[in-house]
Amino acid sequence: MSETTELLDLYERMAVIRRTEKAAYDMFLAGLVKGTTHLASGHEAVAVGASAALRPDDYVFATYRGHHHALARGATPEACLAELMQKSTGLCKAKGGSMHLTHAEGNMLGSYAIVGAHLPMAVGAAWSARLRGTEQVALAFFGDGATNIGAFHEALNLAAVWKLPVVFVCENNLYMEYTPIGAVTAVDRPAADRAPAYRMPAQVVDGNDVVLVREAVAAAVDRARAGDGPTVIEAETYRHYGHSRTDPATYRPAEEVERWLKHDPIDVARARLEALGVAPDEISVVDERATSTVAAAIAAAKAAPDADVAEAFTDVWADGGAQWRM
Amino acid sequence: MADVITYRAAVSEGIAREMRRDPSVVCLGEDIGAAGGVFKTTAGLFEEFGPTRIWDTPISEQAIVGAAMGAAMTGIRPVAEIMFSDFLACCWDYLANEIPKVRYMTGGQVTVPLVIRTANGGGLGFGAQHSQAVENWALTIPGLKIVAPSTPADVIGLMASAIRSDDPVVFFEHKGLFAGKGPLPPADHVVELGRASVVRPGDDVTLVALASTVHTALAAADELERDGISAEVVDLRCLIPMDLTTVLASVGKTSRLVTVEENPHQAGWGATVVSVVVDEGFELLDAPVRRVASANVPLPFADALEDQVIPTTDKVVAAVRSVVNY
Repeated sequence: MSETTELLDLYERMAVIRRTEKAAYDMFLAGLVKGTTHLASGHEAVAVGASAALRPDDYVFATYRGHHHALARGATPEACLAELMQKSTGLCKAKGGSMHLTHAEGNMLGSYAIVGAHLPMAVGAAWSARLRGTEQVALAFFGDGATNIGAFHEALNLAAVWKLPVVFVCENNLYMEYTPIGAVTAVDRPAADRAPAYRMPAQVVDGNDVVLVREAVAAAVDRARAGDGPTVIEAETYRHYGHSRTDPATYRPAEEVERWLKHDPIDVARARLEALGVAPDEISVVDERATSTVAAAIAAAKAAPDADVAEAFTDVWADGGAQWRM
Repeated sequence: MADVITYRAAVSEGIAREMRRDPSVVCLGEDIGAAGGVFKTTAGLFEEFGPTRIWDTPISEQAIVGAAMGAAMTGIRPVAEIMFSDFLACCWDYLANEIPKVRYMTGGQVTVPLVIRTANGGGLGFGAQHSQAVENWALTIPGLKIVAPSTPADVIGLMASAIRSDDPVVFFEHKGLFAGKGPLPPADHVVELGRASVVRPGDDVTLVALASTVHTALAAADELERDGISAEVVDLRCLIPMDLTTVLASVGKTSRLVTVEENPHQAGWGATVVSVVVDEGFELLDAPVRRVASANVPLPFADALEDQVIPTTDKVVAAVRSVVNY
């Protein structure tokens, strides 16, 4: 695949995520999406760039802000939106919701809503790959806020001690929920500055440039697959919406928001495409295709049947049932 | 003597039998390797299976259980040791939020075949943070299977079922029983999860017990027999699945019920047993039910104080007399 074709593909993936998140936003306002959502608009380049550096059988673990990770690993916009809309065709049969999107077929093994909990799981998946001799890599996406929880430090230490093939990718969007991460963290780089304590290499990267993210993660994946152990990548990015549905994000300075919106990951990719000589019309074709992909997904999700009430009592146990007593 | 084994040695024997038949069974925990475990319950495993299957970990309960979960989702059958059951609180997120829920909230996309073994209960004078019986903690969470054997043969037979189970199992090994001996079961010995055992038949009262309290109940039954009271002792063996069919059948015969629990009275497992018996077997009863459980205080250090708090033979005998004389 040529550099141009590949970048066009990454651009389209980001465009589909952006439109899917917009659809989630709009349908929440229309009352079609319930509960809460933690939208990832603005974070697209991290998910898409990192995923482009992985093998299809590598493992991915994500967080409650994980729509983009599921989509980047092959979940369809229709299945994701159907899950948010409590439809039986949802990615998790409407039993998980926005915070637990999972696409096990693509080895995207879950979105976890207890901050940092999935980091030891990624270590375990990497350990499993070592035990089974498969040369798979496990990649965990997490927010800056997760770097102050114990599981983060336990995970980094164990991954380093056992020299496991893990890539820890921090999406540093500058805020842990409503609080600036710098106000509650003893180091400047919440993820990267912790890595040396575990004798682990770290790289800070522009998380809004899909090409730079892919390059950084690819180097870490190469190290991991070669048996050289784990790496921390700290990708600087910014969310376009608040932390969750109830958060208008008024705590962020206007000039900061403006600066980051001018550094939109989709615009950055577009500029790279134009620099490669791709005509605006060609990019427009991709944009239109992304729009129609998501429009079709919205229509299909809306038309799908509601959650099957019988599903409340399935999938507790491996036999498919929920029997707790004899 | 070759046909007799201690409860302590039965733990490593049970694990070793499964490791010999299934190469995907791997152990991890603190001091479980060359040290053989602080209770010597993994003695000999490192020598037989080596460092690729017996992994010493740092004191990182979240990493231990979280990594076990990640490995279990990706083709390994981990057996994780949490040294003292009190320390489950250090990784409670994994038992409360992650392991029991991930299959359900992903709509059945993943399976978590893991065992968490832990030394539970009092009787050794270790004080409030190393002697509690906490099996009722696990019982508050749908999605965990819970095992607590009372004999060496059951340790081996239930360990086989626990490790072969595709569901997560919390396996409580009782510290006060480690030195006890019993018959060594044959090579193919498997005890199905969720099958209680009538360990002593009787006619006048049903004593439902678990792990250490099976022995307390049996001692009480001996004493009561001298007064012409015939007590049936049911060893529940598992809390989930809970074999209430066997309990109800026994109460149908004796018309009286006393539960004997080492966990605290507040929210102890006996409350669940009693509620079902009262709900479904009210007409079977000729007397009020009684629960002999630990007092609702932290577990004290001194032997004399501990005896005040935990179930003793005298307390069981007194409870039985009260329901027989009702």
